[in-house]
Amino acid sequence: MIAFLLKRTANAAFVMLAVAFLAFLIFRSFGDPVEMMVNEQATQAERAELRERLGLNDGFLTQYIRFVTNAVQGDFGISYRNQQDVMVLIAERLPATFELVLVATVISLVVGIPLGVFTAVHRNSRLADALQLTSIVGVSLPSFVVGILLILAFSVTLGWLPAFGRGETVDIGWWSTGLLTPSGRAALVLPAISLATFQITLVMRLVRAEMLETLRTDYVKFARARGVPRARVHWIHALRNCLMPVITLTGMQIGNLIAFALVTETVFQWPGMGLLFIQAVTFVDIPVMAAYLMLVSFIFVVLNTIVDVTYAWVDPRLRDDTAAAGGANG
Amino acid sequence: MTLRHYLFATAAVSALALPAQAQNILDWGANRDIGSLDPYSFGDSFTINVLNHVYEGLVRYDRDLTIEPALATSWEILDDQVTWRFTLREGVTFHNGNAFTAEDVQASLTRVSHETSPLKGNLPAYVSSEVVDDYTIDITLNGTYPLLLNDLTNIHIFDRDWLVENNAELPTDIGAGVEGYATYNANGTGPFFVESRQPEAQTVFTVNPDWWDEPQHNLDGFVLRPVTSPATRVAALLSGEIDFTNDAPVQDLPRLAAAPTVNVLEGVDLRTVMIGFPFRETLASGAPNPFADRAVREAMYKAIDLNLIHERIMRGKSRVAGAVVAPPIPGYSEDLDTIPEYDLDGAKALLEEAGVSEGLSFEFNCLSDGLVNEEQFCQAIASMWSRLGLAPQLDVAPRAVQSPKRTGGQTDVYTLGWATLPMLDSYSPLIQIFHSKEGNSGVFNWGDWSYPELDALVQAAGQELDLETRLQLQNDAMRIIKDEHIMIPLHQQPMAWAVTTSVSEMPLFPDNKPRLWFARMGSDG
Repeated sequence: MIAFLLKRTANAAFVMLAVAFLAFLIFRSFGDPVEMMVNEQATQAERAELRERLGLNDGFLTQYIRFVTNAVQGDFGISYRNQQDVMVLIAERLPATFELVLVATVISLVVGIPLGVFTAVHRNSRLADALQLTSIVGVSLPSFVVGILLILAFSVTLGWLPAFGRGETVDIGWWSTGLLTPSGRAALVLPAISLATFQITLVMRLVRAEMLETLRTDYVKFARARGVPRARVHWIHALRNCLMPVITLTGMQIGNLIAFALVTETVFQWPGMGLLFIQAVTFVDIPVMAAYLMLVSFIFVVLNTIVDVTYAWVDPRLRDDTAAAGGANG
Repeated sequence: MTLRHYLFATAAVSALALPAQAQNILDWGANRDIGSLDPYSFGDSFTINVLNHVYEGLVRYDRDLTIEPALATSWEILDDQVTWRFTLREGVTFHNGNAFTAEDVQASLTRVSHETSPLKGNLPAYVSSEVVDDYTIDITLNGTYPLLLNDLTNIHIFDRDWLVENNAELPTDIGAGVEGYATYNANGTGPFFVESRQPEAQTVFTVNPDWWDEPQHNLDGFVLRPVTSPATRVAALLSGEIDFTNDAPVQDLPRLAAAPTVNVLEGVDLRTVMIGFPFRETLASGAPNPFADRAVREAMYKAIDLNLIHERIMRGKSRVAGAVVAPPIPGYSEDLDTIPEYDLDGAKALLEEAGVSEGLSFEFNCLSDGLVNEEQFCQAIASMWSRLGLAPQLDVAPRAVQSPKRTGGQTDVYTLGWATLPMLDSYSPLIQIFHSKEGNSGVFNWGDWSYPELDALVQAAGQELDLETRLQLQNDAMRIIKDEHIMIPLHQQPMAWAVTTSVSEMPLFPDNKPRLWFARMGSDG
């Protein structure tokens, strides 16, 4: 088991290094940050000097190694645009993105699971067909379109919810939360729904497929035969057995949601990490872009590693595959 | 949560917001956030513009964009012609209560002209300063220089003691990776002070009750709320969440104008859009460069249908320009502001005479995030030149990608918009764009041209203290530009702001800078 853990960790570290490498390759085609930083009257010499001071004239490998060396020590430099410590900038934005993703996940489960059960149980009804069709629209509509439509309906026409921003926030230590104030909660509704649209469909379809399988199993038939009420059979006995893959999927999707949040955050001016990244891209703010990519890939790697390790823990065959393979070759 | 809860929640919010409405708090939905609370952090016009509500310069622009006294009450040039003596306003205090004196001016000038300051180019002539007494300061320049006051409008004055206490006497140095106290905190003398700031969310400005000047505004404060997405900005304006935006998207103007709660403020920007040519031996492709020939540039000019671009692409909202500066800029003269007839046949004849071969291929470099409708007018011009028998290769990309190509001479024909900021004088494009590229001059001379006669005129103007004579010299220099077609002016681009009906007064400035100390809300305005 220890060998397995070590191997997974080494894999994870390698993935991170590769991401940083690719990121640095891409940054070279983003353009010149110095042009965005100096004022209109700066001379060519001043520009060249700034470029030199930022180390932009160094070779690609030198810049990459310098970045990795500093990053390992937790130093991501200071932002070209905001002139603040990059880690502080990201730590300020992290709670906003995290709360958005969390609420979107909750919405997707609360809406998606019942819909999935319903469409499975009443699979031939018109309503279920309609829901299935709507869910296709849900996946097909790009999330910025969903966002704009929500804003037009609930902010402009009805005037119920704010069109942008995060409302009032309360600081708990370094964590800022919008969940404790009425305006913070109101501001969260539209972006969370917009981010959850895709996820709802995903959960609903997964639950439906699992339910259809489960409903055919013997224990469900026996339960029916025993006279257990239908609702109880569906919502308790059958549903429970469908939830395992839903939980795995939800866990794995958190990384995706953080990445998707980028679009939602831009539409709703949600002050999270995605918005920070988008602005960093337009400004060629390399330290911020690099740190964001590292963080997102870190979240992905950690989630995947946890899932792998859990599976290995649950299923010894996965853990021993190296030994088995080695044995076969030897 | 149920829908009823949300309704209740929003009702509670609007109840909270009501006293704020009565308090005249203006919500400003900008298209971006300010980069920092430190006006010297980098040369970004918008950040400096917003922070001008908090920090002030020795002089400032009034409603008509003419320079008037601010923290300095009067000034004179001493006998040596290079030292300026400023008499400072007495009884001014910073937001932290410290009194404003000459030492503060000196500390600020030292900070802004420090070698690591990204803003030092905004004060090019500064050499040193000397405190004469508490309310008098001498500023020494590197020569006679007429535009010091223009430069000083954008040099904000810090409190020396505050800088010293917080170890912020030097500007932030990104290269050294050091953060600065002034990045997060502000302490000026201006009409508003910074109450709180959450980057990318909101920065709250509250009225300064101890401001030295008689306020013309009736605001109790304003909130700068960046809303990057244009569609969201429009929605927020329609729903009344913001009262004002300084960037109303052109495509949404009819819709905004039709809304009963919104007023659109339209005008023409000072920014003149121009096309520049390479004067180097060869094109970026290595082929011989025909553009150094005046006749070729004239042909290209005649082949552009300026009125068509004005009507179709700029939807009639631009101002067709013949001169390289806009009418409100000192140095503008009507006789330079003429445009040639659109004449495709004449242009073809000129090209033939100049011996330019059919199908000449060259790069045409435009920005995707630059001027108003830049992609569209570049496409239109490219097709007009194709009709002339040339083969322009349109290259459109974001500024960050195009700038290195432009400054490095790796492209051929390019676009450039110039608003003469922060100087608001025709000397600005002359020294920055049209002067030969040498030393601090001709930074934007991306085509590498050199006209010694023009350089001499510009240099003479740069040392001429008499306004009339100086403007005449600048006018002569601009006549050379016109006659030689060094660059082709296209138009001054349109600008649009929008306010809700809760704002009763919001003067629109052609330099596209909101000055909320002139804004009024409510019906009492």
